Amino acid sequence: MATVTTTTPTTLRPVQRKFPLGRAAAWTVMGLIILITLLPFYWILRTALSTNAGLSADPTNPLPVDLTTSGFERALGMQSAEEAVKQGGAGGGLDFWRYLLNSVLVSTLITGCQIFFSAMAAYAFSRLRWRGRDKVFGLFLAGMMVPAIFTLLPNFVLIKQLHLIDTLLGIALPTMFMTPFAVFFLRQFFMNIPQEVEEAALLDGAGKIKIFFRVVLPMASTPVITLGVLTYITSWNDYFWPLMVSYSDSSRVLTVALAVFRAQTPATGVDWSGLMAATLIAALPMLVLFACFARRIVSSIGFTGIK
Amino acid sequence: MTIASSSPPSRLPRGDAERAPTTPRAARAGAGDSGGDGRLAAVFIAPAFLGFVVFLLWPTLRGIYLSFTRFNLLTPAEWVGLDNYVRMVHDPIFWDSMKVTVEYVVINIGLQTVSALAIAVLLQRLTQSALLRGIVLTPYLMSNVVAGLVWLWILDTQLGIGNEIVTALGFDRIPFLADETWAIPTIALINVWRHVGYTTLLLFAGLQAIPNDMYEAARVDGASEWRMFWRITMPLLRPVLAVVLIMTVIGSFQVFDTVAVTTAGGPANATNVLQYYIYGSAFGRFQFGYASAMSVALLVVLSAITILQYRLTRAGRSDLG
Repeated sequence: MATVTTTTPTTLRPVQRKFPLGRAAAWTVMGLIILITLLPFYWILRTALSTNAGLSADPTNPLPVDLTTSGFERALGMQSAEEAVKQGGAGGGLDFWRYLLNSVLVSTLITGCQIFFSAMAAYAFSRLRWRGRDKVFGLFLAGMMVPAIFTLLPNFVLIKQLHLIDTLLGIALPTMFMTPFAVFFLRQFFMNIPQEVEEAALLDGAGKIKIFFRVVLPMASTPVITLGVLTYITSWNDYFWPLMVSYSDSSRVLTVALAVFRAQTPATGVDWSGLMAATLIAALPMLVLFACFARRIVSSIGFTGIK
Repeated sequence: MTIASSSPPSRLPRGDAERAPTTPRAARAGAGDSGGDGRLAAVFIAPAFLGFVVFLLWPTLRGIYLSFTRFNLLTPAEWVGLDNYVRMVHDPIFWDSMKVTVEYVVINIGLQTVSALAIAVLLQRLTQSALLRGIVLTPYLMSNVVAGLVWLWILDTQLGIGNEIVTALGFDRIPFLADETWAIPTIALINVWRHVGYTTLLLFAGLQAIPNDMYEAARVDGASEWRMFWRITMPLLRPVLAVVLIMTVIGSFQVFDTVAVTTAGGPANATNVLQYYIYGSAFGRFQFGYASAMSVALLVVLSAITILQYRLTRAGRSDLG
């Protein structure tokens, strides 16, 4: 170490002198990446606050053209049909608050139940002793290899047989109880909790159930929250399965509603202003959720995929 | 833990009295000997196990079964043996959609992996800022539907800002999603935009595991950043990179949402990816048996890729030290 510290000034100086140029170039690339990442978000906002007439008259204007909230009104169904058509929108009714509520209900139901049941299973797989444990866990792991598309058609048939087509429960049910990934993810964390902590609680007279709720779950709150937020985002953004299951407004979630909104407007003369306003409304809750938990998620995301 | 420090032995309930004085190791062994927590475990695992069997295991088996049947949802499934598979092998649209899917995966994964690696290395070598990492992740918060719609607007041939930039740079206008040759690369790019942040963070986590002294030592020896990347970063990151590749390739094969909202398979089947074709067969033409057979084909392809990639990873792991 001593030699390293003494040689550092002499050997590093030429490197450091050369470095700023490379560093500047690297920061330029980084800046460009951030620009490409964020620009579409600004463009959504700029378009949503413009009028459709303005958009076609002045497509390159970096600022909103004819600043207006008309797009948002249309997306939220606050505009009369005639007014909407006049503004370039579709006359069909859209019940955005309902889709928003549906999305919230489905995502909350899936996330709450899935995390809770998966945590219970993960506890049984990591802290309880029972015969056949590793075999059953192996089966769960193998389930992780089955791609989602493969189970979608049979699950659709099953949900149909259960008469749950076009219900929120039908959308939530397949992922409500568990995903192999959630079980696997939480088991990893539970296994790292020192045995001594659990034993101390046992000595203190706590039963295993109490240990799960009072010791293990609180100690794993960071991974539980991370997994919860990621699950919420995933179920909020899911499109294929809700598209298969829901047919009417009663069970339509935001992703499906957006696609319907798009399909309702004519191919020529799409209601871009309304569509982008709707897009923003659909994306906003996840942006807010992420803003609240960003630091935790960002620092623990590496764990999710690799371990 | 407060529980640990404040636990006089006298407060032990009677049932545990016998095990109480033993060392932790003995207590552990005792729990194992008595058959453990079988009943409690059964209760704890019941909901997840139910979900696993009903919505994962059973559907998998049923999907394989349905692939040997003719089934339209209205009448009971009728066993037809290998008919669906024979039809699949002779179906030019199936092979086309397979080709389109592979083309998509190659472009998507190629670009995504290279850019994620570049961004992860830049993040690691330039700054440890969590804010920047958060920004990189933001597109991941969008649904594929939202991402598809936004880029549909940006790349719109008449009013989109995309072509304005292209022409400003001195190129001809590009019919991004309306042209047979451009459509798949465009969709691949849209999904790179949405997913690259997540991949970046996975790789970034792998980079964090590389000890910083290695870079320090290399710099003392006068190694350039470029040389350090190839001599230190790449060899040490390879196992992580391999796992990330397996995950992203499997995800990429299942492209659907973006196609559904941007091109709906067109123009002229140019973006009719496998999952979209399966969806169309099932819900457009109610050929659930045929759709299931194609799902089995997709499952076989994905399993083969996974096994192959695991093999390659294992082979490469030995020389990492």
